[in-house]
Amino acid sequence: MLRVYPFFLEAAVVTIELSVLTALLGLTCGALGAAARMSRLTILRWIGATYVSLWRGTPALIQVFILYFGGPQIGIQLDSFAAGTIALGVNIGAYMTETIRGAIVSVDKGQTEAARTLGMSRWQTMHKVVLPQAARMMIRPLGVNINALIKGTALVAPISVVELTYTAQRFIGSTYKPFEMFLLSGLLYMVIIYVVGHGINWLDRRARII
Amino acid sequence: MTDQAFVTIKNAAKSFGALEVLKDINLQVERGQIVAIIGPSGSGKSTLLRAINELDPLTSGEVWLEGVQINKKLPYRQYEAHVNQVRQDIGMVFQHFNLFPHLTVRGNITLAPRMLKGLSEADANKLAEEQLAKVGLAEKIDEYPSRLSGGQKQRVAIARALAMTPKVMLFDEATSALDPELVEEVNLVMKQLAEEHMTMIIVTHEMDFAASVCDRVLFMDQGVVVEEGPPSVIFQNPQEDRTRNFLRKHLSR
Amino acid sequence: MGLDFTVVPSYFGVLLMGSGWTVAITVCAGLLSFFGGIIFAVTALYGHWSLRLPVRGFAFLFMGTPLLLQLFLIYFGLIQIGIDLPAFLAGVIGLGLHFAVYNSELIQASILAVDKGQYEGARTLGLSRGQTLRRIVIPQAIHAVIPPMGNNMIALLKDSALVSVIGVMELTLAAQQAISRTYRPFEFYLAAAFCYYIVNLALEAGLRSLERRIAASR
Repeated sequence: MLRVYPFFLEAAVVTIELSVLTALLGLTCGALGAAARMSRLTILRWIGATYVSLWRGTPALIQVFILYFGGPQIGIQLDSFAAGTIALGVNIGAYMTETIRGAIVSVDKGQTEAARTLGMSRWQTMHKVVLPQAARMMIRPLGVNINALIKGTALVAPISVVELTYTAQRFIGSTYKPFEMFLLSGLLYMVIIYVVGHGINWLDRRARII
Repeated sequence: MTDQAFVTIKNAAKSFGALEVLKDINLQVERGQIVAIIGPSGSGKSTLLRAINELDPLTSGEVWLEGVQINKKLPYRQYEAHVNQVRQDIGMVFQHFNLFPHLTVRGNITLAPRMLKGLSEADANKLAEEQLAKVGLAEKIDEYPSRLSGGQKQRVAIARALAMTPKVMLFDEATSALDPELVEEVNLVMKQLAEEHMTMIIVTHEMDFAASVCDRVLFMDQGVVVEEGPPSVIFQNPQEDRTRNFLRKHLSR
Repeated sequence: MGLDFTVVPSYFGVLLMGSGWTVAITVCAGLLSFFGGIIFAVTALYGHWSLRLPVRGFAFLFMGTPLLLQLFLIYFGLIQIGIDLPAFLAGVIGLGLHFAVYNSELIQASILAVDKGQYEGARTLGLSRGQTLRRIVIPQAIHAVIPPMGNNMIALLKDSALVSVIGVMELTLAAQQAISRTYRPFEFYLAAAFCYYIVNLALEAGLRSLERRIAASR
């Protein structure tokens, strides 16, 4: 049993790498998506809404498969780690779009009115008044998205990325101890989620003081 | 255009879909005049006020400030630039204060002058201190709005608007959201402004205050100006029935 | 290699069959997650301490780990203790338990949110604690929690794709069958995504009409 520990620790590192990269890509897509959905241009709003609808309305696993297995057909050759990260990142970005947009929209309308009344432009208002307030409010819900994202990295196991779930399955086969393998990888997932959760809470608390 | 007053509203009409909220309003305000607009809820008085600085643009009609048409029809970019510029000359105070919670009082007051008028940090701070002293809150300059009482918040809001040295101040039910004992401190500041001959248009429910401070009172009902005149006439000897009925309901307290 | 969508129509039947299985899995797991959620919630709140702890522990475990891992556990793990489940059953149970746990959290919150006055009114009339819970509190809690549970149903539908990994026949596996014959993954995974999207829309519409009927009955 002891011989498997190093493999699981390595796999945990891969899971962490996947999580970080996916989160960064997701936040980027989320910010772009939110900006698109709130744009003055109808075409951008439509693109944003379609992005959210399609990527939230279909299974993430299928999105991974389309990119990894189907990509070569349209000239996109990616290794499994990259394909998985990109597909999952764009997927979680659709959820983060709604989280970010929700936070921005929840800032009281009177704030915008006051800023515009003083003569500030739309962008100045967004930049100095609305976004600072929205940013504070979106930390917790984004934390929920990130929590789901960390567990979602398991979806790259079927395309053979050597992360925690893949490793668990691999060793279930050779050790015939599924419960132990489940518990080991489960524990590592929970540690990662716990640490990240604390980070989010800390960030949230700091944001409220400023 | 030369026979225009300081603030002129011509044939103002506003509809929200099928609902006509303002029907052909005409109003002329001279420099230094203080005008009160009273009336029941839904009369359109707030809508009229908010049309002056294009917060809720009119459906038809014109709004002029000192020879410049505020609600000019322009292509988007130019409209935005024009409106942002004009709004610097119009100060507005809201019923719910709308102070920026993530900035200190100092930050609230200096934000627009630094951003829009290019004031240096030192000059803006001096300006903020002056304006706060005027409203009697100099010591609160580094507090956050959440630590202030309602009356204090509104006084800061007034200082914030004044810091842009506007030509006219609009008050949209500035004391309606305040506890009764906090109303007086805000009224005092407004009285002070009146004595300094600031042009003011005040939408209010406070009849006594309107009577004591204003030069003219407009009574609005269902989107039209029913009656207008000096406070002595409107409050003591209203000519129209609707005015009489409204006042009877409101003053018999 | 390029794209050629003309191969797809001849596999409509396969995809339709797969979609049918997906719907069946979703319905079965959905029911399990609904009733399981209620049982878990009531046990976690009112059960004997010997039951409460395991349920809470189980919930903690299942909410903190990926669904795919849980499916592996159920499918491969039960074999270790001698239970050889067919993949379909393992998939439905895995999905059902996973979402039962999430539903249970929602239901617990909803039960606790029922106005205390309801309790007091019922107990004052002489109803026992159990009767009060069963007849008065829990029905109201469940009524209130149907919309958020609807969201979990939608998630369940999408997550049902994961059971293909343990070999359960459904839409994703059906697409893979077509791919193994035509070597056109892009076209068929896209077709599968399209089918999932349509079923999702139908499910959302169904949930919305259910919510409307519930709101009207108040």
